[in-house]
Amino acid sequence: MTDDLKKLLGNIIDAEKSIDNSQRGALALNIPADLFAPAAKALKGAGWRLAAEWAVDESPFGRGYGVMAAYNKESDYLIIKIALPKGEAAFPTLTRKYTAAYRFERQINSLMGLVPAGHPDLRPWIKHEDWPQDAYPLRKTFDPEKDLGRVEGSYKWIRAEGEGIFEVPVGPVHAGVIEPGHFRFQSVGEDIINLETRFGYVHKGIEKRFESLGWFEAPRLAGRVSGDTTVAHAVAFCRALEAASMCVAPKRAQWIRAILLERERIANHLGDIGAICNDTAFTFMLYQMAILREKVLKNNFKIFGHRLTMDRVVPGGVNVDITKEAVKTMEDELQGLANEFERLIRIYEDNSSLEDRVYGTGVLTPETAKEIGAVGFVGRSSGQRCDARVQSPWPPYDEIPPNPPFLTSGDVHARTWVRIEEVRDSIRLIRGMLDTLPEGFIRVDCPAPLPGTSGFSVVEGWRGEIIHWVQAGPDGGINRVMVRDPSSVNWLSIEQAIKGNIVPDFPLCNKSFNQSYSGHDL
Amino acid sequence: MLRILHQIFRTGIVTEKLPPAEEAKVTLKGAALEEEVMRRFRRSITIRFVDAGSCNACELELQAVTNPVYDCERFGMHFTASPRFADMLLVTGPVSRNMEIALKRTHNAMPTPKLVVAMGDCAHDGGMFGRSYASLGGVGNIIPVDAYIHGCPPTPSDIINGILMAIGRIEVKK
Repeated sequence: MTDDLKKLLGNIIDAEKSIDNSQRGALALNIPADLFAPAAKALKGAGWRLAAEWAVDESPFGRGYGVMAAYNKESDYLIIKIALPKGEAAFPTLTRKYTAAYRFERQINSLMGLVPAGHPDLRPWIKHEDWPQDAYPLRKTFDPEKDLGRVEGSYKWIRAEGEGIFEVPVGPVHAGVIEPGHFRFQSVGEDIINLETRFGYVHKGIEKRFESLGWFEAPRLAGRVSGDTTVAHAVAFCRALEAASMCVAPKRAQWIRAILLERERIANHLGDIGAICNDTAFTFMLYQMAILREKVLKNNFKIFGHRLTMDRVVPGGVNVDITKEAVKTMEDELQGLANEFERLIRIYEDNSSLEDRVYGTGVLTPETAKEIGAVGFVGRSSGQRCDARVQSPWPPYDEIPPNPPFLTSGDVHARTWVRIEEVRDSIRLIRGMLDTLPEGFIRVDCPAPLPGTSGFSVVEGWRGEIIHWVQAGPDGGINRVMVRDPSSVNWLSIEQAIKGNIVPDFPLCNKSFNQSYSGHDL
Repeated sequence: MLRILHQIFRTGIVTEKLPPAEEAKVTLKGAALEEEVMRRFRRSITIRFVDAGSCNACELELQAVTNPVYDCERFGMHFTASPRFADMLLVTGPVSRNMEIALKRTHNAMPTPKLVVAMGDCAHDGGMFGRSYASLGGVGNIIPVDAYIHGCPPTPSDIINGILMAIGRIEVKK
């Protein structure tokens, strides 16, 4: 524990004595419930960001519920846990200190049935209005096999009133080949006064499902939290498990994982840069970028046996090696990709009609981004110096440091440009990793964690910081898996960025954020 | 502008020949439609897509189907925004409880005759998500399905082949 932190929390608790050694992967403190909010206040004052907040049902240990909050400042992650006495279901809200807690706590309230006392808006989240009120899937008493049935209910939308104001509801089924979600605009003419999002449509009960799986089949499910981020979620899960069971993947495996992560970043960025241009009616770029993306996916299949490289990351390492020929294939591929990409970016920069649409559109100001705790390329486009690969690097990022770009304008262009720079940087990183690829095993046997231990991990996926927290139950099996996709925080930012824009620019703005519905709904 | 034209000529035609269809990758469910109707569907086909709970990997591959390499439009396949114009409903994902109603309503909004193709392992039997309070399992549990395209996710060529097989336009390689 750093002295700064000890000093910061010194007035509130005896920090040294509160350390929980059963929690691995980050510093964890157990504190009394009434100090949950004061601790948050102190941390906020010192510039810590609330990264995640979740609850756990610890009845298998003979305890009540636990509520946990993960904070981050620069390279440090801190978990603060409060244990509620048996039968107690209320905990102090953090929403008044941290905006990000707003959705986290609505989710805790809906799925675990705990009440964040003092929370301003307890409409159900993810749990739609036709669910029975008392269905709390994350509780241990809940039977996931049982059909819940549907009940009458309604959802109270935020409505603007006044002359000429009308409402535009969109979704859950959208026009294109995208995921389902609902957006409700209050607008005057074409100007948007307010956007309210509602999700949960693709809620598949992933967190609950984890609890019925064994440790070694669970990474397959983690790889399907959000299909476009399959590598990053699988790495995050495996690293959390490895942290809990104190296993370290061999160096070669760490390199291969990072190569897969960077390939995933390149493939997604290419697709999205094209799609953003397409939403300004510049279809040329969509097809050109799609060709480049397709080349990456084809090589994925050739080298790793799967176009999206699903199920290649396993506890203790990876299950696919990179041969000498594969190194050569990738080097040639990167050369071709880099040349072609630069040609296209030249065209992007030259196009004035494109410029007209992307500059100044959908601005997320640095102040708002900070307030929400935006992560990943969304945060980096709005002045937040956040990148887990740089702040708390794991191998090989400590040896081959990424150089992510930071912009402050926060508009569609900034989000696109950050991703353009990241493609360039990822090409450089993969080349560096291929040059330094260590010899050795690609996998070690990862033991199951000891009963009662837990593991925390952070991985920078292409969308941003992904957090997984796993906990072993008294029988050594999975008691709880918490997944926090970057979308869970970043979706809040689109509601802010869209204000004052026009309804027809929404698809463009939304694409520039491109957050995951599945990763959010779980 | 010159750069754009130059790039277009440099690129040329990148569209690839479709590999032959493989039986293992598609399951056809009985004679769904009358011969006469099937014959009409054999020309162009308009598809309404619904994600009923997928992890979005299937969507990525479905988007790839429209790229210049696979170019599904050459087979007369295109995606429509309105179910009213659709001949086929293409569904991905296990059907989540929260999407069940929207899926049924989309299906009802389509004119008959209509085909339903379920794409991906989850749409077949729920896949990794199985059946639970939140996931109702395969698409067949909710609406009648005419063909299943297997894979996690199916590749773009598997998707095109599966659709062509569902409308009886190509024979299966045994």
